[in-house]
Amino acid sequence: MGNVLVFAEHQHHKLPKTTLIAIAAGKDAAAKAGGDCYGVVCGKGVDDLANELAEYGVKKVFVLDDAALEHYTADAHAAALAQLIKDKGIEIFVGTATAVGKDLLPRVAALLNSGMAGEVLAFNADGTMQRPMYAGNAIATVSIEGAPKVVSVRVTAFDAASKGTKGEVEKVAANIDSAAKTTKFVEFNEVKSDRPVLTEARIVVSGGRALKSGENFKTVLEPLVDAMGAAMGASRAAVDAGFVPNDLQVGQTGKVVAPQLYIAVGISGAIQHLAGMKDSKVIVAINKDEEAPIFQVSDYGLVADLFKAVPEMVEEVKKLKA
Amino acid sequence: MKILVTVKRVPDPNATIKVKPDGTGIVTDNLKYVVNPFDEIGIEEALRLKDKGGGAEVILVSIGAKTASEQLRTGLAMGADRAILVLAEGELDSLAVARILHKLTTDEKADLVLMGKQAIDDDANQTGQMLAALLGWPQATFASKAESLESDAEKQGIPGIVVEGGKSAKVVREVDGGLETLQLPFPAVVTVDLRLNTPRYASLPGIMKARKKEMKEIPVDSLGIDVKPKLKILKLDPPAKRQAGRKVGSVQELVQVLHNEVKVI
Repeated sequence: MGNVLVFAEHQHHKLPKTTLIAIAAGKDAAAKAGGDCYGVVCGKGVDDLANELAEYGVKKVFVLDDAALEHYTADAHAAALAQLIKDKGIEIFVGTATAVGKDLLPRVAALLNSGMAGEVLAFNADGTMQRPMYAGNAIATVSIEGAPKVVSVRVTAFDAASKGTKGEVEKVAANIDSAAKTTKFVEFNEVKSDRPVLTEARIVVSGGRALKSGENFKTVLEPLVDAMGAAMGASRAAVDAGFVPNDLQVGQTGKVVAPQLYIAVGISGAIQHLAGMKDSKVIVAINKDEEAPIFQVSDYGLVADLFKAVPEMVEEVKKLKA
Repeated sequence: MKILVTVKRVPDPNATIKVKPDGTGIVTDNLKYVVNPFDEIGIEEALRLKDKGGGAEVILVSIGAKTASEQLRTGLAMGADRAILVLAEGELDSLAVARILHKLTTDEKADLVLMGKQAIDDDANQTGQMLAALLGWPQATFASKAESLESDAEKQGIPGIVVEGGKSAKVVREVDGGLETLQLPFPAVVTVDLRLNTPRYASLPGIMKARKKEMKEIPVDSLGIDVKPKLKILKLDPPAKRQAGRKVGSVQELVQVLHNEVKVI
């Protein structure tokens, strides 16, 4: 029996969509491995989240409730999860390739002496998996020898789980050795935004170096972002220059997005940027250089000066919505 | 303080990568190789800690074919003190690499291991976390800094990782939704992200000096470590190709198309 355990990340005491995507991926992996899908919620006072998660058609949700897990750090979380995976005879441990998942899952894998596949795009019927390499320029078919196996999934490659038969909830003692938690959380400087979350948005409008300044992001690009009800993204060049926060970078080493509509404004389209957005349903590029590589992956291209085209587009979109 | 920095030999990030028709790998003809860009940031940070953070010995480590000595020389030319090359011909997965680094880190009695957060070839983003687990050390992945790469702090070459009395470090991390700060007691593993620093270029005197610096070669077999990969790559396929679409003549046309044909707005 190949049972699957899914790590349920939570933020601000809520289950984000990415966690429901992990559950859907976990159920898919369990169906192919002939086992059941379980979930695990770590934290302090998280029974309500475990109950909510149990509604998404998982067999059971384990709750690791411990003061040492209240604020996420890789060391304590990995120790508690590795123990649970061993105790419950889990075959595949699944999480998302979010910042927390990327930080945590390899640490769990090494504690279990397990192999790990990251950013998995699909589980195949024969137990192999697909994952991208070389900035998405190659798709590898991989297998993991032995068990348990550890897998992080790319959130754009799976749909979120919907509600199903309610599963049980079981509290498990975390028993974290104090030597296993030496990392101290100091602070979190959150970038507050009322806009949709970049990785979940239906429309993403991204800006590049051609915007020239953080001020222009505010005065030129943001009106379009808001007129379209979109999330805002950026190229690495724009983030490196300090125009916008790091958290907005779309690309190989930043966020991977696949919205219904992706609008690239003043982005030339380096390989690393394309790796983060080329699975978007419809891609639009606005760039004044008609040779820019971004046009090779765009469904609709507009060769124009963004400082003229973007304000015009804001007016057109507003007219449509009026 | 002893800082171990990993250096992986990877294809040039600007090269166009093509999958071989038989799916056994990528086409390597005329491919240029460089230091993994994230590892370069790791080397730079180690050198800044050495220069401005209270002194350190900076030891570079690479694992792979003999050709990886080129990338180690690059790091030595930037200013690292010495290098170790573990010679291994076969394919290694992240766990095998972490096991080799575990042995070297213990033998060298390193206080801090700095690594790129991922290598741009396999895009795994695992080895640092795995090494920290094997050592039982704390980890801080995706190290960044509060100031931008255009800031004065960056221009002055101030390290982003703040070492506190040689006993612990404060690390700012790029996470979903913002920047997190962690405090780690040494010894520790830190993996670095893009905005930690802008790496220096090797100077001509640096390149001359690098030729005389120690580079120790160790055959992987002599370490007595199981390096059989658990993650096996069975084959590679090229990704689905996107067709270039069409150009539109005006903003009005673009908005109409998105509204009427694509129906996204």
